[in-house]
Amino acid sequence: MILTAEANGFLSPNGVEIVFLLVGVVTLGAAVITVTTRQLVHAALWLVVALGGLAVEYLLLTAEFIAWVQVLIYVGSVVVLLLFGLMLTRAPIGRSPDADSENRWVALAVALAAAATLVTVVADAFRSTWIDLDRSVQGSPEVTGESLFRHWVLPFEALSVLLLAALVGAITLSRRRGADDAPASPKQER
Amino acid sequence: MHLVYPAVLAALLFSVGLYGVLARRNAILVLMSVELMLNAVNLNLVAFDVWLRDTLHAGQALTLFVVTVAAAEIGIGLAIVLLVFRSRGTADVDRLTDLADRTPPGAGDQADTGTAATGRGRAA
Repeated sequence: MILTAEANGFLSPNGVEIVFLLVGVVTLGAAVITVTTRQLVHAALWLVVALGGLAVEYLLLTAEFIAWVQVLIYVGSVVVLLLFGLMLTRAPIGRSPDADSENRWVALAVALAAAATLVTVVADAFRSTWIDLDRSVQGSPEVTGESLFRHWVLPFEALSVLLLAALVGAITLSRRRGADDAPASPKQER
Repeated sequence: MHLVYPAVLAALLFSVGLYGVLARRNAILVLMSVELMLNAVNLNLVAFDVWLRDTLHAGQALTLFVVTVAAAEIGIGLAIVLLVFRSRGTADVDRLTDLADRTPPGAGDQADTGTAATGRGRAA
């Protein structure tokens, strides 16, 4: 942990910083397209680009295990789940003009205010802070697994119970009920 | 690497996700924006963990926990959205106004008159 970075100016970035900035621009652009595109399936596919870019950022921050977890869970399963959800709710293929609600401009104002506040505070607080990436690897599977199973065992096991509960809850919610069980819903094909 | 780069990127991604949550109309797109916000928090956690060289690696452990909770959240959320779509025929968060404090315009088929009248009285 190094508090000052007088020797490293912003005008002479090294290679890691250049790559980080380029991937960051791509990630941010993909995120903006995700929340603004009118084609719903394209939003999910741009989300893949944004999450994959974040995985590359984790790799550049030497958090190797987190990066692969990100690729496996987010790009592998969460986006597939979202695509399934889009298809099961019969999302229109192609442009849908009502993808954004009318309070879009209020949302834009709120988001811009939040971005301005956060960026101002963060840039002011950490302007001269330097991450030393060259010493030892911080996020290899060995290091992460050791800390996870030595210091964080109890939260880890509690999370497994949470995942089981979420699985059972999702199955219970999406199971089709009998006709006498849900009289308000229209009769399904069973 | 300057800590400012990941911190500013995380702040901007969070704001983009905030815009998506507030501006999107389809519930599944709202869930996507929530994922963007959670990922911004994860980037912050990883960057500060690497900066502080924490011996417990609390940042990376918490990142893994956030990823797991996000996976559980997306499963439950999609199940709820599918259930709403199956019973209402829409996944549009602007049209799910049964709990609103006013009668929705042009959708008086399910609003019972008693609570609607009191709701209108309270709103007026």
